Amino acid sequence: MKLLELTAVELGKKIKAGEVTVEEATRAALDAIKAKEEKVHSFVTIDEEGAMNRAKEVQKLIDDGTLTGPLAGVPVAIKDNLCTKGMLTTCSSKILYNFIPTYTAEAVLNLEKAGAVILGKTNMDEFAMGSTTETSAYGVTKNPWNTEHVPGGSSGGSCAAVAAEECFYALGSDTGGSIRQPSSFCGVTGIKPTYGTVSRYGLIAYGSSLDQIGPVAKDVTDCATILEAITSYDKKDSTSVKREDTDFTSALVDDVKGMKIGIPRDYLGEGLDPEVKTAILAAAKTLEEKGAIVEEFDLSLVEYAIPAYYVIAAAEASSNLARFDGVKYGYRTKEYEGLHNMYKKSRSEGFGPEVKRRIMLGSFVLSSGYYDAYYLKALRTKALIKQAFDKAFEKYDVILGPAAPTTAPKLGESLSDPLKMYLGDVYTVSVNLAGLPGISLPCGLDSKGLPIGLQLIGDCFKEKNIIRAAYAYEQTRTYQHSPIAQD
Amino acid sequence: MANVISDETMGYVGILAKLELSEEEKQAAKKDMESMLDYIDKLNELDTSKVEPMSHVFPVKNVFREDVVENGDGGEATLANAPEKRDRAFVVPKTVDQ
Repeated sequence: MKLLELTAVELGKKIKAGEVTVEEATRAALDAIKAKEEKVHSFVTIDEEGAMNRAKEVQKLIDDGTLTGPLAGVPVAIKDNLCTKGMLTTCSSKILYNFIPTYTAEAVLNLEKAGAVILGKTNMDEFAMGSTTETSAYGVTKNPWNTEHVPGGSSGGSCAAVAAEECFYALGSDTGGSIRQPSSFCGVTGIKPTYGTVSRYGLIAYGSSLDQIGPVAKDVTDCATILEAITSYDKKDSTSVKREDTDFTSALVDDVKGMKIGIPRDYLGEGLDPEVKTAILAAAKTLEEKGAIVEEFDLSLVEYAIPAYYVIAAAEASSNLARFDGVKYGYRTKEYEGLHNMYKKSRSEGFGPEVKRRIMLGSFVLSSGYYDAYYLKALRTKALIKQAFDKAFEKYDVILGPAAPTTAPKLGESLSDPLKMYLGDVYTVSVNLAGLPGISLPCGLDSKGLPIGLQLIGDCFKEKNIIRAAYAYEQTRTYQHSPIAQD
Repeated sequence: MANVISDETMGYVGILAKLELSEEEKQAAKKDMESMLDYIDKLNELDTSKVEPMSHVFPVKNVFREDVVENGDGGEATLANAPEKRDRAFVVPKTVDQ
């Protein structure tokens, strides 16, 4: 069997037992990347030399008993909006084409402490703005299930790299669905944790009140293990939450007896592909057969989540992206007259169309005269959406639904109509607005052979509920490897 | 009701956003923004008069810590990323007239 077919935890065990060395695993991943990148293009940067050196170092630390954790020696791919000291970090934007961070993101540092070997940085929508990974300045990532289709986004590179078996797991970030939607499209598992669980220090900010870092992997066990490793309270992130209940792997239990699961009727209506609907309801049935109490309910306000989200995310983006001005790092225009002209030209030449679109919208909704009508209105709507979820979680342990209304669209189909692309986020954005944890895991293939993702949503700080439900459901299936993985 | 954004407003937003758009880009951005705002206007169906704006889902207050340097002098490494530098400083075009 091929090494890359293993999950991260399975590989970790083999390394611990001395059956596989860290160098062998790293070499195997680098070879897979070499063989598959031409077809998939998951990576922006591949650090072959750094990874091999690190593999040697980690092997020593395992041999002398310093590193004993489940992820020690396991090679990982990191989304290119997470700063990695000394390694190019572009956010898939021209404006950061040469940016070498002077520090490493806290979540990545936590992985390094656990013995991770970083293979490189994965492609994404520019500044995480997009749902297809097509807005990257460094080329389009393809879906490993069918290379004529998008991998989803914005963490499309991370999810495609896992599905193509170019790495054993990856980190992504999720502002409005950017881990869960591409996980769904690529047939892998991804978690967006409760807001504040994973430090955002070193994550290049998009919508700060919504952004969370999370794991992407082949199964629920990996995701729980990785999440446990990257979770930490960090005083460098003022929104970091001190949590105690973070032994997420303790929830890997095949038992959902008595668990109350609600399916929002509003998630099953217009716009949902019938094949996706059938697969989601079949998954719900499976959980019911395992002893869960499953019923449909009205969540309400679902149609207001996307407009509220785009106002808030664009507003925060326009503020966060003000730092890219051609002064301290990144791209600076060649010719300019004075400081303001340099700012404007550097930014206009450095940012792509989708990023400019959102900065313009964000600047507009924050401008005097429109602030109350748009920005504050969106924040009030967010409060109502949070209340709707609070009410639902008084009754249910887990909310079940699709991660996306369709399977992966074809390349080039989405960008022509931004509004249509935004509507694809209908089932994911409200989770970010309400700060909730969510997981997407595979629940079947459609008639085109493309993966369908099941989304499970938990109340704040209740990752264990969704991990338990996801794990129990996963036990009824076997992991399906993508065609590119089997090449 | 369909939103119409004037060229003046677009110009003003461009100043706020520090973006210099070509005429073609400006027209496209205007059209995009108008259709986005039409869609966002859906929020007006909701009565939010009794709802406080929620910026964070948790009651996050200012988080203070002692102002102690912990990461040392990263000056050289930081400046290595600068498009233009001189004597441990970032070089920018002249900002103040004499």
